[in-house]
Amino acid sequence: MIHRIELIIKSHLSDPQGEKILQQLSAGQSFPITNIRTLSAYVFRSSKLNSSMVQELCDAVLTDPVLHENRVNQFFGDELDFDWYVEVGFLPGVTDNVGRTAQETFEAWLQSPLTQGEHVHSIRGFFFEGKLHQQDIELITNNFLMNDLIEHATILSKAEWSKHKAKLRTIPVVQLSDDIHVETFTFKSAAELMKLSQQRTLALNDAEAETILDYFAQETIQQQRLEAGIGKKPTDVELEVLAQTWSEHCKHKIFNANVNYEDTSTGQTERIESLYKTYVKGSTAKIREALGDNDWCISVFSDNAGVVRFNDDWHVVMKVETHNSPSALDPYGGALTGIVGVNRDVIGTGLGAEMVFNTNVFCFASPFYEKPLPPKLMHPQRIFEGVRLGVEHGGNKSGIPTVNGTLVFHERFLGKPLVFCGTGGIIPATINGQPSHQKKVEPGDIIVMVGGRIGKDGIHGATFSSEALHEGSPATAVQIGDPIVQRRMYDFLLQARDLGLYRCITDNGAGGLSSSVGEMAQLSGGCHLQLDKAPLKYPGLQPWEIFISEAQERMTVAIPSDKLDQFLQLSETMSVESTVMGEFNDSGILKATYQDKVVAFLDMEFLHEGVPPMELKAVWTPPAQQEPQLELPSDLTSILHTLLGRLNICSKERVVRQYDHEVQGGSVIKPLVGADNDGPSDAAVVRPVLNSLEGLAVANGICSRYSDIDTYHMMACSIDEAVRNIIAVGGSLEQIAGLDNFCWCDPIESPSNPDGAYKMAQLVRANKSLYDLTTIYGVPCISGKDSMKNDYRFGDIHIAIPPTVLFTAIGKINDIRKTITMDAKQPGDLIYLLGDTKNELGGSEYYDHLGYLGSNVPQVDTNSAKERYEKLSEAIASKWISSCHDCSDGGLAVALAETAFAGGLGMQLDISEVLAKSALRSDTFLFSESQSRFVVTIAPEHRTVFENLFATQSCYYLGEVSNTPDFVITENNTEMIHSSIITLKESWQATLR
Amino acid sequence: MPKTLILSGYGLNCEKETAYSCQLASGEEAEIIHTSQLIRGKISLNDYHFLIFIGGFLDGDDLGAGRVGANRFKYGTLGSSHLQLQDQLAEFVESGKLVLGICNGFQVLVKLGLLPASQKTIGLQEISLTSNHNSQFENRWVHLSVNQASKCIFTQNITSIYLPVRHGEGRIEGDQEQILKPLLENNQIPLQYCTPEGEITEEYPDNPNGSPWGIASLCNQQGNVMGLMPHPEAFHHYTNHPHWTRLPYQKEEGDGLLLFKNAYQYLA
Repeated sequence: MIHRIELIIKSHLSDPQGEKILQQLSAGQSFPITNIRTLSAYVFRSSKLNSSMVQELCDAVLTDPVLHENRVNQFFGDELDFDWYVEVGFLPGVTDNVGRTAQETFEAWLQSPLTQGEHVHSIRGFFFEGKLHQQDIELITNNFLMNDLIEHATILSKAEWSKHKAKLRTIPVVQLSDDIHVETFTFKSAAELMKLSQQRTLALNDAEAETILDYFAQETIQQQRLEAGIGKKPTDVELEVLAQTWSEHCKHKIFNANVNYEDTSTGQTERIESLYKTYVKGSTAKIREALGDNDWCISVFSDNAGVVRFNDDWHVVMKVETHNSPSALDPYGGALTGIVGVNRDVIGTGLGAEMVFNTNVFCFASPFYEKPLPPKLMHPQRIFEGVRLGVEHGGNKSGIPTVNGTLVFHERFLGKPLVFCGTGGIIPATINGQPSHQKKVEPGDIIVMVGGRIGKDGIHGATFSSEALHEGSPATAVQIGDPIVQRRMYDFLLQARDLGLYRCITDNGAGGLSSSVGEMAQLSGGCHLQLDKAPLKYPGLQPWEIFISEAQERMTVAIPSDKLDQFLQLSETMSVESTVMGEFNDSGILKATYQDKVVAFLDMEFLHEGVPPMELKAVWTPPAQQEPQLELPSDLTSILHTLLGRLNICSKERVVRQYDHEVQGGSVIKPLVGADNDGPSDAAVVRPVLNSLEGLAVANGICSRYSDIDTYHMMACSIDEAVRNIIAVGGSLEQIAGLDNFCWCDPIESPSNPDGAYKMAQLVRANKSLYDLTTIYGVPCISGKDSMKNDYRFGDIHIAIPPTVLFTAIGKINDIRKTITMDAKQPGDLIYLLGDTKNELGGSEYYDHLGYLGSNVPQVDTNSAKERYEKLSEAIASKWISSCHDCSDGGLAVALAETAFAGGLGMQLDISEVLAKSALRSDTFLFSESQSRFVVTIAPEHRTVFENLFATQSCYYLGEVSNTPDFVITENNTEMIHSSIITLKESWQATLR
Repeated sequence: MPKTLILSGYGLNCEKETAYSCQLASGEEAEIIHTSQLIRGKISLNDYHFLIFIGGFLDGDDLGAGRVGANRFKYGTLGSSHLQLQDQLAEFVESGKLVLGICNGFQVLVKLGLLPASQKTIGLQEISLTSNHNSQFENRWVHLSVNQASKCIFTQNITSIYLPVRHGEGRIEGDQEQILKPLLENNQIPLQYCTPEGEITEEYPDNPNGSPWGIASLCNQQGNVMGLMPHPEAFHHYTNHPHWTRLPYQKEEGDGLLLFKNAYQYLA
């Protein structure tokens, strides 16, 4: 029978969750709600248990005797006063973590499994008191309580309750056909294959369709196929595997394309064979060559994450991923899987690394967006909250500190939010005598899948993310991660690694088994995968679905046959599911079978190297942006307050506090610093190996607003920002590694995308800039990612995001005790500006506030910046610097104000001299976003050594830290800005409090 | 030498820094062992003197913090012997050995009834730790006032301490008159959230979760079992302090180690 257990918080106790929802609801439109009580329910089928046994179970394992009242197979709705009841449960097949945990504890208590194939389903219920209309409760349900892509809701009024309550005992079941079969296809032309491609979200292009048909038409191939017993015709399994492997997501076809670039302003043309090889890999190769014997890169661009040296015993591993498309559909699940997904990249690097920190950057439209929303888009506030919660669960529950990150706001992120998730890890330099970064698979090694089970989750995730968000975007692309299943797997794999029980490991991410097994098979030269062995969440999956499902929490390992028993035994002990799924070999063929029938038989070389390179056109015509003609504002103080409160500048404390940023005990510089633990840190510093005083600094640079002027400078500023943040806390150019994450809007010109060649040119320029900046600074990229279709299309509406690169920098710190923070420390300390300020308000927060873009985008003067960074590192290591803060969004005035209020101290500043030298108007000087600048404070006794060190640099004395709360900037004895640090801080904190 | 057991697995995640703190405080390595080893009878609590229930998210805290973790101990038997794990725990406590529950570990101890254990009967849950008043997970440093009259072994000779909290379910819920008041009177509340000036508080954010009387920690009557929401193991080095860059250098180690040092001094 079907059992339903309900738990409710005792009526005399508070129900914080209900109160929180009530508070959220009263923040927006006011609904006449007087009370919300929450309920948790569990529904499951069992033939063995009767109601009294379930009651016993419920009392023993579910009910908190202090907090809860429970009912078994009875409804609280029969007893309580309410006007509306809403309950939300997952749609069939969606990962239900709470249900899974309940089931495990039920089965542990019963000491036997529930009926085979039965699951416990968790439900969240809400009793509303208040005279709400039907449409109000529907609005509340849809906008606050559930997401209809993954959940379903039942809404009952008090009047309907008795009649319809029986509905609340239904169980969501995945209804799939019993007919398991493999389809084969005959295509008369590439056009026919393209038609199928559209139907099945294969995202193939014309040239690829041709190449696939040519392959299957080859006589030798046909002969091989007949001998193998699969037949000449391609199967659905093969087409799906090819589509996944060749997807933009997996193959980075745009970055590997041949590009014909034309600059119409100079008339120059150029052919570039692969942006990736020319600029990204090219710059790293050049830097490594220059480093010579001191090359600290260990493994770059070849594994799931980049690997660099930390010290003699340890390497550092890092990867940053994007998870934009899924987060647009289900912000919570999308962000959560973004994190646990990038975590698996680190777990699956080399022989397997330990995770030591996360960093996240999100780009949204304003949460205060008030215009009508285009169809199918979620309100940015909802995306913001969902993503935030996803990170909270993904990071906190995994036990990885989220040490650094930021939020970036731009109205065009309405079309697609950007969700960047990064994870850093460490790995012993050698494991069981083997270099830990090398990957090997031997013929005869067993293919084992470890972790979660396979369902329809995330099918077509890789091909879906290679398309614009459109009407028919598949709901199955959405997945929910289970950080606890992953954590158990991770604990197990680290033990197995140290015992030498596997030879090779990789993660199951985009493309699922097709990509993990496909990639590992390259190392041995082939494989035989038995798809019918796969553990399934529910029956009825087709072989092709098993092969490409992106169900979460899975790793694939290659196990030497003599280690298999020990591996499986340890796995069972640690409550982790591991399944033998076949064998690696050197046949040159990727072969998959289902119940002994061959369902895929593909030449390995064709699968991995067969995708034809694209030919792309890139045409750069500098956009005709103008500088606005503005009067000097009369009240710069109020402008400073406004800038401090702008979304891109204001405090993100509410979000930061909800992330665990200290677990693992290595926290040295936190995201919030200063006298009251609330100042904005430039970079995080962590100690990944606790018994060493060496550390890592982590920072991000992202400058989307500059893209509309010139992506060359957008990229340069992003790199400079990340690097100068590392320098600001005490890192040095001696060892900083970079990670490039490109998020673009469709750069392929077509009738529906007429400015594709311009966007491609923007991409070329960003790559040229990446090459120039990284080689001058000596900051090699070690890993990267690109997400190229961040567009929203619906009918006539097209929203393209501003081309964005997140540049993440990770710097080695030789002694964490010499690092510093950005807050002013002592009254009497001297305040300096390092670096030149130019008329560079283009794309600035100041112009944006006034409604302008401008044209004078900040340009990085790399040679002077490099020298400044080297000298500043020396000064910080010599302990001459009390505080250091980089100037970024909002310019110098914002950096000064932040330094002052984070330290709880005032400042008396005089800008007359520097203003005279720079020949700038005061507002330009104060708000220009010129790069490579710092505000530093020093104790007076270091004045001489400090000024001597920077004698050849632009170094301007601005004033003194004071012990009053006054923040004063004067020019020729006139106060330009005068405010209290308390009110400045209030302006900075109020926006997103 | 006293032997320390740190149980890991099933979503726990503070094993690394807890073991490191033990090592700094005692000079000896603590053993990190997967809980399944205990449940399967591969190791015995009898071989240890100090048992630590660490922080993390046992089973995702999906059914309430620590609930499923507590079930595992409450209903678990030791391998094939059918000896109740809980009985072995009770014996461990009664023999005067030390048990420390940090954050998620505190939640487990409370739900197992090992704390506050007012009636000395283990297994009866008297209070609960549940959602913070603002229903939100938070990471922030808090000032804690130490009850000088408490028998709690871990807090001896400490007058006040500053530590981070990182939890979403740290608010004590329980009958004020019947349960909580006697705990206060018996000095079973070793740590209370307070203002920077030392005044005990129920006000956010100095009290991060709204716990009545600022209760941040409990101990049993003997003082050998302690649970606390803050994380002493996250303050093992002076650079863990959130404004160490503003403070004059005093010593290399962080104040969180004081609790561990007290434990090893008692066990010595």
